[in-house]
Parts: sequence; structure tokens; C-alpha cells
Amino acid sequence: MKKNLGIFLILMVICAITAYLDPKFLGAYNLQNTIRWSGIYGIMAIGVSLVIITGGIDMTIGSVIGLIGCLLPFLLTKYGWHLRYAIPTVLAISAVIGLVNGLLVTKLRLQPFVVTLCGWLFYRGIVRYIAGDATQGFGTTCQPMKNFLKKNFLEYFTGVPHSFDIPMVFILMLIIAAIFAFFLNRTIWGRYLLALGRNEQAAKFSGIRTDRIIILAYTLSGLLAGLTGIILVANVNSADPSGFGLGYEMYAIAGAVLGGCSLKGGEGSILGVVIGSALLRVLYNSINILGIPTQLEFAVIGIVILIGVMADEVVRRIAAKRAALARIKAA
Amino acid sequence: MSTPLLEVQKIGKQFPGVIALQDVDFCIEKGEVLALIGENGAGKSTLMKILAGVYTTDTGQILIDGQPVTIKSVRDAQALGVSLIHQELNVADNLDVAANLYLGREPQHLGVIDRAKLYKDAEALLKRAGFDLDPRAPLRSLSIGHQQLVEIAKAISTDARIIIMDEPTSSLSQHETEALFDVIRDLRGRGISIVYISHRLSEVKEVADRVVGLRDGRNAGALTREEISHESMIKLMVGRELSQLFPHSALTPGEVVLEVKNLRTSLYPEHTASFSLRAGEVVGVAGLVGAGRSEMLNALFGVDSTFGGEVRVAGTLVEPNSVGSAIRAGIGLVPEDRKGQGLVVQMSVRHNMSLSALWKNNYMGVLDRVAEKKISDEMIPRMSIKTPNDMQVVQLLSGGNQQKVVIGKWLALQPRVLLLDEPTRGIDVGAKREIYMLMDELAKAGVAILFVSSDLEEVMGMSDRMLVMHEGCIAGELKREELSEEAVMRLATGHVAA
Repeated sequence: MKKNLGIFLILMVICAITAYLDPKFLGAYNLQNTIRWSGIYGIMAIGVSLVIITGGIDMTIGSVIGLIGCLLPFLLTKYGWHLRYAIPTVLAISAVIGLVNGLLVTKLRLQPFVVTLCGWLFYRGIVRYIAGDATQGFGTTCQPMKNFLKKNFLEYFTGVPHSFDIPMVFILMLIIAAIFAFFLNRTIWGRYLLALGRNEQAAKFSGIRTDRIIILAYTLSGLLAGLTGIILVANVNSADPSGFGLGYEMYAIAGAVLGGCSLKGGEGSILGVVIGSALLRVLYNSINILGIPTQLEFAVIGIVILIGVMADEVVRRIAAKRAALARIKAA
Repeated sequence: MSTPLLEVQKIGKQFPGVIALQDVDFCIEKGEVLALIGENGAGKSTLMKILAGVYTTDTGQILIDGQPVTIKSVRDAQALGVSLIHQELNVADNLDVAANLYLGREPQHLGVIDRAKLYKDAEALLKRAGFDLDPRAPLRSLSIGHQQLVEIAKAISTDARIIIMDEPTSSLSQHETEALFDVIRDLRGRGISIVYISHRLSEVKEVADRVVGLRDGRNAGALTREEISHESMIKLMVGRELSQLFPHSALTPGEVVLEVKNLRTSLYPEHTASFSLRAGEVVGVAGLVGAGRSEMLNALFGVDSTFGGEVRVAGTLVEPNSVGSAIRAGIGLVPEDRKGQGLVVQMSVRHNMSLSALWKNNYMGVLDRVAEKKISDEMIPRMSIKTPNDMQVVQLLSGGNQQKVVIGKWLALQPRVLLLDEPTRGIDVGAKREIYMLMDELAKAGVAILFVSSDLEEVMGMSDRMLVMHEGCIAGELKREELSEEAVMRLATGHVAA
């Protein structure tokens, strides 16, 4: 909880500084856009955080977003599928991709990074082949879906634009976050996930079928990446097979790590991940708004994440030292 | 009396918030084997680390050959002839024996190791120490006992006059322990002094010339060779007499609860083990390291894969290779590696205790947090676990209390069969006794207990019956009245067929 508060404060400070330097930041259009993207980042970061909690990593996310983002319009326009079949199909495909990752990691004991790196290459290649490298889009079709995923919350339900409104995507992300926070903290599977992430052996000796839980985490990560692909393509209405979602796994991982997930596993909170993803997006927005050369974008984000992680490590060491002293006192 | 080789006068050491040592006096003669005993936290390790230069003293002084010396670093200590051999060996097991012996001080020219000299020196050193080891053997090919000899040889090579051994036998087999004692006696014969730290009183009795006890960071007294006995040592450590370390009283066992038939483990797939356990029975499993004892427990609990055989609890077949099935049948396992297998040390006492019972305590997957809390509320007082509250992270508890958490985790499920693997390893005498009492109490309540221990004294003291294992088979079974160290060793070394 303390940790989440810390990162939330950092988020607020960056927002305050940016708003002070350029009030444009608080303009309705800019703010809504930032919130929208925070939502999109949040959904995929929640997915990868589950995998990170197992002590693994999912590098396939960007490629899954590319695959699903192109496949959905492809099925709809080229094959004339109905949305009600196409959406479940692409979501199922993304879940199966996660499932395969999970099976390879658990049953064959392959290293998560290697498995998902191969997936990263594989699915990107597949989507480029299927789409023949042609950019996919809905054109003017599928308005109801695009409306739902693009519009703001009040606007969607009342039909009139409001001066300030929360994007639907963000609401969707909050719902997903609530579901997964409940999953992680209040269900036995969430507890198993946290336990096995810290000590898989001990979890096994407690009768937990760790393989199943790990497979579940990868499957959910794949599913949420697929959902992100759908949302993204509905928002931008065009998906280039070679570039759509490229590198997004890095945003997802960065969001999860900023939000307090340890790559060693066993640690992480959904709220933290949501805040971490928002921080990432706000940072990106600040760089644009403040006129920092966009060439520096990655450099700035990289440095901020590094500082965040270093600060966290320092705090952790101080806490560990204190705990050790407390232990000496107790002994 | 002549000047002792090393004398410690009124040494004190304070850590923030705690006095680790206060006014401790202590001396060691040339060629003496001195055993240092005391419960965990009594200050043994602190004292030894001061001598070895890992810590510095706050007060008091150290004299060597009657001359005051200052030891500020491990290097200082080595120069004065004091070497510490840690409980966990500091060896690089990817390198060979010679490389380990001269690690960090290899004979070299401009950074290039002089290999010829390295092996020649190593050979000469091993010969001088009287150890039959090949300098070119990769360390990982050696047994733990032999790896320890490498460390001892290393100490000899620095012209150590005092070698401190911290729990040297904790992972040695009986044979290796005997061999180590021979080495210790040989070193003593050459005038090297040994400080021997151990929890195993029978070993202390066998090897020590003198015993010094510490309690709560102060001197608790000393015993001469003639005064050394179990009772006197326990009294020294805990400050009161423990009428009986092993409280177990045999009862008439009930029905057969556990039946194991032709179990094959992955370690010895060619051999099988069969035995049965009755309600209320405490059965010890003895054997040498590598006899397949832990593997058998793990296999019958389903964590290790089995290669055939069946396990029945009260007549019902347990599904092989399924921990869940074993747990539902009423089996619990307190594993050998407490921190690695028994606990998720970063989680709280409450969450650790409920971990294996969550399959029961949920509504369609949603945690039943009331039931969860009930477990720790019941177990903490029942097992007198010392913890500020049940949300304390297990990492911060002492070894004995951690072990109680592991046991409590299974008690919450009211098992019919409890398997304990080295339940008292690295735990002080007080906590040991509490665990023995708990075992006795459980047996009285009708739980069948199967426990593996390398501490022969413990197995003999607690068992109603003993199974001795050798290479994956039950080499023999001994009734309580047949128990003797010789009988066990004969079976464990495979000399007699059952």
C-alpha cells in the first residue's frame, strides 16, 4: 500500500509540474487522450503483471496486439464475418497463444523469456503473412463497436458531448482492474499465484498444482493482450501488420515494474500496475507537451524507470536493514 | 599453568538494540579441542566471528601467546593463525581441489597462473595434511565431507594454529563424521587447537577435551573432560535440568493407517520399499545420507515422481504423484528444507499456515478469510509460536518458530499421517524439546508419525520402532528394545540383510 502511495505521489508530481509549465496539459482534449491511453496500457500491463508475479515474462504481447488488431478487421472485411463471431474468435486465439506459452514454460520447463521471444517473432511473422503486409482497417463499418470503444463514457450514454468526460476505455480498464484485484487478493488462485511466485517448491509441497496456475497466468496475459489489440484497432481504425503494437510488451512490462512488480516474482499489486501504466503515459505526454525533443522520448522514459527502480531498491534495503535490526533486538 | 595459546578477556559486543556478548572470558590451550555450546542466539557465532575477524569487539581484549592483539579483518586473523570454517562451505564447486586451496592467492606471473606450481603445492599440502584427495578432482565430484577436508587443508596452508569449525557435521553422514573426528584428533596431535561448535551433544561428548557454555551472551560455565555428559551440557545451555529430552512414551498402537507397498523412488528405481504405520505410532527412519530417506517421504507424499508402488491411507489408495490426493487422504509432510520447501518466507504466519488448507477454506474459489484467521488463532497459542502477531512475515521468526509454523500448517488439516523430514535440524535444544513434545502429543491423539533424522540419538529417543534404509530399501526394522547404535549402523551400511 505504501509502495502504491509512493508511485501515486510521483505521478501527481509529474502531472503538477507539467500542468504548471504548460496549462495545455490540463486541457480536456489532452487529458482525455492521456487517460484513454493510460487505460489501454493498463489493460495489457495487468496481463503481463500476472505472468511477472509467477517469476516469468511475456514478450509476445506486442505481436499478439499486432495479430489480433489486424485479424479482426481482416475477418470482418475480407471474409464478412459477423462481429459476434469475430470477437470471440480473436479473443480465443489470443488466449490460446497464452495457453501455449504457459504449456511450454511449465510442461517443457523452457525459460519464459526464450519461449515468448520466439512467440514475439512467430506471431509477427504470421500476421504479416496473413495480411500480406497490407494495412487493415474497418473503413466505415462496425460503427457501434468503434463508438463504444472510442467514445467517452457520458457521451456514449447520453449522446451529447460533455466538456469533460472519461473515455470508455478507461472505464473498461477500471472494471478489468477491479476484477483482477479481486482475483489476486481474494481468491485462492490469486493466493496460489503470489505463493508460487515467491517459492514454487513450497507451493508444490503445500499441494498446489503450480503448473496450472502458471498456465492460467500466461493465458490471461494473452487474452488481455488480445483485448488490447481490439481496443487499439477500434480506436485508430488502421493496423499495419509490421508495426501495429510493435514494442508494446515493453510498455506493459515497464508499467508493471513501475507499479511494484518484481521480476523475481511473487510481488505486485493491480492498483500499482494501473498507476504505473498511467505514469508511463503521462511521462510520454509531458515530453510532447513540454517540447522536449521527441527523439529523447525513450531516453527520458528509460531514465525515469531506472530512477524509480533504484529508489525502490534503496527503500527495500533500508527496510531490510531495519527488519534485521528488529530481529537482533528480538533475539 | 602456562600461558594459553589464545585468551579472550571480558569481551563485549553490542549490536544496535541488543547486547550480543557481555564480559565473556574464554581461553584455549595449544592442541586442545574445545567445544562451544549454547542455544541459538547465545552468542557462539558472534564470539567466533570476532576471533575470525568478521566482527570487531566493542570492549575487552584478545591475547595470543599472552600478547594483546587486534583483529580487525579476516586477513588479520589469518596472519595470527585463526581460521574459521563456516557451516555452509565456501567452496567454488566448478573448480578443482587445487584451485580451491589457493583461491585468491594462486602462484602467478603477471596474472597468468603457474599451473605446475599450483598442483605441486597442492599435492604437498594435501600430503602434509594427510588427506587422500586428488588435487585435480573437480570439487563437485567430492562428497560434502571431502569438500570440508579441502577447507581444512586450506586453513592448514595458512599456518592456522586455531581452526574454528561451525556446525561441521550438520550435513555429514555418520561415516563422514567419524572421519572428521579422526582428522580433528590428528590436528590436535600436531598441536593445532580446534574450536568446535555443535548442537549435537553426543558428538561433543566424543571429541571435546573441554566444553565452554554460553547463555544469553555471557559465560555459562565450563566442563572438563571428566564432567562432560548430556545432562551437564544441557544444564549448561539452558540453565536448568531437562529431566528428559525425549518425552515420548510408547503406547499401544491402533489400526494400520498407512500402508506403503513396493514404492520405487526416482533415486533408486531398481529398489522398492514396503512398510506400514499404525495410528499413534512414532516410527523413525534412519540411514546414511543418500540412503533415499527424504526421497521416500517425498515420493509417498507425491511431490517426487514415483516409479511404481502403492500408498494407502486407512485402506484408500492414494493417487500417485499427486500431492493434493495425499493431502486429502490425510497425509502431511514437514519437508527437509524448511525455507526452500516448507515455507514461503516472505509471506505472513497466517498465510503460510493456511496455504495447504485453502482447498477446503473457500467459497467457489473466494478465500474464506475467517477460516484462515481461525487456523492461526488456534495454532499460535497451541504450539507456543513466538511471533508479535499472525501477520508477521515468517522470515523474521527464529528457526524453531518457523518449523512450528510448518507443522501447524499440517495440523490445521488434522492429518492421520504426519511425515517429518529432519524436523529439528538447526534448531536449539529448547525448541527441539517442544517439537518432541508435540510429536508425542500427536501420537497420543492417534496420528501416525514417520520421521527421518540424521541425529541418531534423536531417532533412538523418539521412535517406537525404527526403519533403517539402505539404497532405497528398508534394510531392516528395529523394535524399541532392539535399538542400539551398532544395530542401526550395521543395517544402514548394508552389512546385514533384514
